[in-house]
Amino acid sequence: MARNITYREAIHEALAQEMERDETVIVMGEDNAGGAGAPGDDDAWGGVLGVTKGLYHKFPGRVLDTPISESAFVGAAIGAATAGLRPVAELMFVDFMGVCFDQIYNQAAKFRYMFGGKAVTPVVIRTMYGAGLRAAAQHSQCLYPLFTHIPGLKVVLPATPYDAKGLLIQAIRDNDPVIFFEHKALYDISGPVPEESYALPFGEANVVREGGDVTIVALGRMVHTSLEAAAQLAGQGVECEVVDLRTTSPLDEDTVLESVEGTGRLVVVDEAHPRCNIATDISALVARKAFGSLRAPIEMVTAPHTPVPFSTALEDIYIPDAQRIVNAVKTVTGWSR
Amino acid sequence: MTDDRIVPVTMPKWGLSMQLGKITAWAVAEGEDVKAGDDLADIETEKISGTLEAADAGTVRRIIARVGEDVPVSGTIALLAPPGVSDADLDAAVAQARAVIDAGVPEDAAGAPELQTADVAGRKISFAGAGEDGDVVLFVHGFGGDRNSWLFLQEPLAARFRAYALDLPGHGASTKDVGEGTLDMLADAVAGVLDALGAARAHLVGHSLGGAVALAAAARDPARIASLTLIAPAGFGTEINVGYLRGFADAQSRRELKPVVAQLFADEHLVTRQLVDDLLAYKRLDGVDEALHTLLGVLLDGDVQGVNSAALLTAADGTGAGGAVPVTVVWGRDDRVIPAAQAEAVTGADRHLIDRAGHMPHMERPAEVQAAIEQTIARAT
Repeated sequence: MARNITYREAIHEALAQEMERDETVIVMGEDNAGGAGAPGDDDAWGGVLGVTKGLYHKFPGRVLDTPISESAFVGAAIGAATAGLRPVAELMFVDFMGVCFDQIYNQAAKFRYMFGGKAVTPVVIRTMYGAGLRAAAQHSQCLYPLFTHIPGLKVVLPATPYDAKGLLIQAIRDNDPVIFFEHKALYDISGPVPEESYALPFGEANVVREGGDVTIVALGRMVHTSLEAAAQLAGQGVECEVVDLRTTSPLDEDTVLESVEGTGRLVVVDEAHPRCNIATDISALVARKAFGSLRAPIEMVTAPHTPVPFSTALEDIYIPDAQRIVNAVKTVTGWSR
Repeated sequence: MTDDRIVPVTMPKWGLSMQLGKITAWAVAEGEDVKAGDDLADIETEKISGTLEAADAGTVRRIIARVGEDVPVSGTIALLAPPGVSDADLDAAVAQARAVIDAGVPEDAAGAPELQTADVAGRKISFAGAGEDGDVVLFVHGFGGDRNSWLFLQEPLAARFRAYALDLPGHGASTKDVGEGTLDMLADAVAGVLDALGAARAHLVGHSLGGAVALAAAARDPARIASLTLIAPAGFGTEINVGYLRGFADAQSRRELKPVVAQLFADEHLVTRQLVDDLLAYKRLDGVDEALHTLLGVLLDGDVQGVNSAALLTAADGTGAGGAVPVTVVWGRDDRVIPAAQAEAVTGADRHLIDRAGHMPHMERPAEVQAAIEQTIARAT
């Protein structure tokens, strides 16, 4: 039975249900409980945004507060995964991934390949990304393209509460390392989510709006911005098909290509910097495999190639908005030789 | 002052939770004459798209709801009236209707009725209903369906009956574990819901697998069943579309599922994105895959049907031919899952074969199925 819950609650519920189902699932990270061993509440925080609050008492010994050392606890989580646990590590901001990158891309991502398929590393690293919360250059980045680049990692970016729960459950059950990206601005959105457990397969994009004129491929928070643009454009007689990639690795090429084959026009919306991001990747895919279907050059809507500004005025124009998507759609629909 | 010759066409309530509907296309224009049963408009709700048929004959004098506009349930979307009705009277009625549409859903509008549950042999069985008075009518869905399969019928029947629909084990919001998946176990769920409703007798309406389940429930306790309406019931022949059944159980993605689900309908346009998404979301719940495959093993014996409803029918009505329990069989002539010819094997039943309907006549031609159900209930003593 589905009921409306928030993105934050959906993530919490996925963790709780998988911890209930499988005792090898553990949660670890900075302040995931928040006060254990100190005066006051043991689970004072539940992570910096309260996602894991309540799990500490429900699953004694399975929610670990770690030292403020990402390299140590991400390494520990990966090691525990190789030894039979299914750890879900919370790495507050993806911006901090730099200090533990060796553990992720050169260790976890390689084990299955280098040990001939005999080793599995079922670790999930949950992390926040994205601009919009006035958190400045070191706490606002969209670094998912870096992880998408690495074979051996799976990269997941849920846009809705329903997807967040089902994709996190799949991430926990998956035997490969998964980087699970949660956009800061999405925690309080709500939507229908079944009470029961369910897993959504990776590599399956979701067509969230159908339309015959232009394909908009988006991911994460940009799915919502794209839907806003599509609703505006529908009022002007332009019907957009909005494709939510849901996972960038594996990538559902077929859904993207089929959509572009139907519309002949593509706008890709990506909050990441414009060089070597998901927008360029999707553009290259479509240019190579659906060139004959294209009736206009591909447009990309991305953040600029700069750090995320601390100035609120600049941050607001840094993030792609619906107007820029509308403009890009008009460019591709208005294009002629 | 409104002229009582003005007949309003209103937004129907399709499903217990529906509050708003949207016209996606008008099939008629102002000035056209319609007769009862003519298509008036295509309507889309959160859950489903369907065609509104005219309940009365008349001349369409005013179309009020615009294409794409949200209209609250029971809001007036068009007016039928004979030529003698004045434009001034019509315009006054339009203004009233417009105010209702513009006001949106009233705050006190009935939401979805609370989902109820019964504990049946350790399984949680969910059911929901509407209607305060009258006999209990219990709807039993088919393989892979749920209580929402009856969205076009439950609300209209609730005007005269206590109209309930359940989720069989393995389906909807009920426990997904189906054990060995026997008809007996499924019939237990039906009996359990009747117990929970305190219903000493009830009319059962069963579709496909649910038809066989309704018969199994009736066979065990004939005195409890006031009438049986069987819609494309399983078990009255050997032939069945095994490609559909296995395809439905095996489908892992929207791409695999959509062409399978299309086989349910005569008009494949009814297979909306929402319908496929809802089915896929259901199929992905933990335990559903196993439940469907277990039930498949009961429904099928190799490549033919594995249930025998004819024997259950004999047990259910006591005589095997028009006995104590009125039985009606309803079938879509274009059924691609179970051939409509099997209606002949439902001994002693009233038969309604429905044009322009596939395996889901209760979704494709709900008005005709509703009439068949009401006739069956009227025959019960």
